[in-house]
Amino acid sequence: MSRRLNLTLKVWRQEGPAANGHFEVYKANEIPDDASFLEMLDIVNEGLIAEGHTPIEFPHDCREGICGTCGVMINGRAHGQEKGTATCQLHMRKFNDGDTIVIEPWRAAAFPIVRDLVVDRSPLDKIVEAGGYISAPTGTAPDANEIPIPKEVADSAMDAAACIGCAACVAACPNSAAQLFTSAKIWHLNSLPQGQAERYRRTEAMVETMEEFFGSCTNHGECSEACPKEISQDFIAYMNRDYIKSKVVNRRLAGQR
Amino acid sequence: MTTQTVLNSKVPEGAIADKWDNHKFDIKLVNPANKRKFKVLVVGSGLAGASAAATLGELGYNVEVFTFHDTPRRAHSIAAQGGINAAKNYRNDGDSIYRLFYDTVKGGDYRSREANVYRLAQVSVDIIDQMAAQGVPFAREYGGLLDNRSFGGAQVSRTFYARGQTGQQLLLGAYQQMMRQVHLGKVKIHTRSEMLDLVVKDGRAVGIVCRNLVTGDISSHSGHAVVLATGGYGNVFYLSTNAMASNVTAAWRAHRKGAFFANPCYTQIHPTCIPASDEFQSKLTLMSESLRNDGRIWVPRGHDDARGAADIPEGERYYYLEEKYPSFGNLVPRDVASRNAKTVVDQGLGVGPLKNGVFLDFSDAVARDGKDKIEERYGNLFQMYERITGEDPYSVPMRIYPATHYTMGGVWVDYNLMTTIPGCFATGEANFSDHGANRLGASALMQGLADGYFVLPYTIGDYLAPMLGEDPVSVDDPAFIQTEADAQGQIQRFLSTGGTRSPEHFHRELGKLVWDYIGMEREKNGLEKAISEISALREEFWADVRVLGNNESLNSSLEKAGRVADFFELGELMARDALDREESCGGHFRAEHQTPEGEAKRDDENFSHVSAWEWKGQDSPQVKNVEELTFEEVQLTQRSYK
Repeated sequence: MSRRLNLTLKVWRQEGPAANGHFEVYKANEIPDDASFLEMLDIVNEGLIAEGHTPIEFPHDCREGICGTCGVMINGRAHGQEKGTATCQLHMRKFNDGDTIVIEPWRAAAFPIVRDLVVDRSPLDKIVEAGGYISAPTGTAPDANEIPIPKEVADSAMDAAACIGCAACVAACPNSAAQLFTSAKIWHLNSLPQGQAERYRRTEAMVETMEEFFGSCTNHGECSEACPKEISQDFIAYMNRDYIKSKVVNRRLAGQR
Repeated sequence: MTTQTVLNSKVPEGAIADKWDNHKFDIKLVNPANKRKFKVLVVGSGLAGASAAATLGELGYNVEVFTFHDTPRRAHSIAAQGGINAAKNYRNDGDSIYRLFYDTVKGGDYRSREANVYRLAQVSVDIIDQMAAQGVPFAREYGGLLDNRSFGGAQVSRTFYARGQTGQQLLLGAYQQMMRQVHLGKVKIHTRSEMLDLVVKDGRAVGIVCRNLVTGDISSHSGHAVVLATGGYGNVFYLSTNAMASNVTAAWRAHRKGAFFANPCYTQIHPTCIPASDEFQSKLTLMSESLRNDGRIWVPRGHDDARGAADIPEGERYYYLEEKYPSFGNLVPRDVASRNAKTVVDQGLGVGPLKNGVFLDFSDAVARDGKDKIEERYGNLFQMYERITGEDPYSVPMRIYPATHYTMGGVWVDYNLMTTIPGCFATGEANFSDHGANRLGASALMQGLADGYFVLPYTIGDYLAPMLGEDPVSVDDPAFIQTEADAQGQIQRFLSTGGTRSPEHFHRELGKLVWDYIGMEREKNGLEKAISEISALREEFWADVRVLGNNESLNSSLEKAGRVADFFELGELMARDALDREESCGGHFRAEHQTPEGEAKRDDENFSHVSAWEWKGQDSPQVKNVEELTFEEVQLTQRSYK
């Protein structure tokens, strides 16, 4: 039999993007410590429905830490206190009986609140749309082993590509900057041989789209701290280097036309 | 029960190796300059949907994509861990297109369509090339070439992988290609839009009706063709490895409009998931099957063994798969591994606090290869296990138990991936065609991408070409107006029922019935019980469901109610299909039909066919239609993994 916890929750409730929000206090009693954080919210919601109250909307889907849908501020920290862990993988055994837990949505001007704990993260798709791909139309590919990629290079690309797009980096950043997300997307492609042809076009377009929506990076490092995949800030440095270079390379290329 | 039509699968003539090439030459083409005159609606943005949308966009079609997620890259393809098969034979270990084809037909227990499977094996090699070109960071050797591993049920190393996140990397690849088409203006994406119905006019699919999940708006969308790439129906079990929002609604509503639903009883129970720990459990988490390459599965020989795993001496451990299947051992196909786990747990040999699991032990592998090597292979899986259970799998064996993972059944499609409604196509897990009664590991990603990148973009042209010059049906057409009104009506009904139990509660109750009676082992009485109990519970659902809130803002209870309503109807059909299929095959195990050794016993004489069920209205039982399966290449045998 698992341990049971009695908790007090302070949850941000907001009916829609235009409505005023407020904190609501709920008792969450007899929560089994084997439950995940989201299952704790499920239990609270079932209780609310039974009492005739509208349940709390919270973002979630795969509950395996990979889809990137979930994410709330737990006691002021994106995805809570456990390092390298998405909200869905956080389990109640990490909390103590009697705890008060403050639960808020991601806070960033670029992410309007949809309802309660759910926000609109669509600007991240705009960044990818601007150039976060390798142009490889179906049917044009050479044999997959034709271009050898050193293991270290493939591993580094994979480290960047592991980003799940949850936007904890933006939520944790005091400037609401999206440098970690953008640089992970850029470095995944810029580091690979296949990504070279569009390297500087991609970098310039993605960085400038990012800047339309998000704040600037001032090297706080909160992003990597909050990242459930522990994506390294090094990628931001690589992105900045490529961005500066893009200003020269892209201009020179333009002049050649 | 009356059996109606015999379905025409439209498999082309010719030798199996030539069918697809011949067919590509024979089918009609749409001239490049005319493609822009056609609009295709793609529902779903997982591997099958995103790859189809990207490719159709590249070809010049106008594409609109609909997903209920906040971004296309959330689709549940993302959670696939282990890898993707392809007949590249990079390992020089005797793989070939023919062998992948043969393995897939055999693994599916001879209940799939040969021609489709062969085509799948053929295009598998193109998929790897395509994904590598897109920048998918597949695992590599130090020499820079692609690495492979062997995967459940295969005796060659043909599985390509990207750490334990292959699905994520492939989905990001397909998503990026689709976003490129968005950038170029060829694809338009509607996020947080749930398809609620298919619109059919004069027997053809002409569009869909969607609900905007944020504003509640019901809207109509018209196109020349509709592609359902909406995944499987595993969540009918409530507890499954599917994501919370995965559902059957789009496919089911198409079924109600005339698309036959094939082999719903073919569901796959994945052998390696983390066992449920309590009543509150909301989903089960898969531990990749690749773990079976290095982990050894066992239970204590003695009942109620309270000792820790490390204290149980070798002689008192029952390595049941290795003992029963010396040649395949821990790598037997999924259905065999799952059923054997159920057998030992039912015998009371289960491990863990609820005695509902078996051990998957890595101590030999760690001793042999070192902890570093194991961490490199499975690090993220071990970490996920530790997060969920609070136990460290490097020092104590994992506990695993089977859970619903994939559904081989789905919307019936012909060789062109078209359903029985002209103009409505189904791809990926949503259709039924390639995996027969059991899917091999690392073949789901392959099929989703094969359909989307390399099959549908050709075959859809054959349907569209004769429609040149026809405009899509206006959304003011009575067919759209009526469908919108029906969707609206259901929403109002949920909001005004004012019952006492949540949709979640009903889903959980339904899941228990489905798991108990239509789970790993089925028998006649249980299935009959399932039919009557599911139908009774469904009536309670409609009378007593409680959906709070309103239609005009995000309301996940309301979304859930619609999905659960469809699961009820599907669950009942699963039971009927399982009852009708008086044989065991693959994931469908009827207790009455087993060999003396307890293996699935097929009845090829009477059941070598696809059962495609036809909706006959809410109050009439569905009618079974049949597609006969003919095997020209593969000799039907009793599967043996001894």
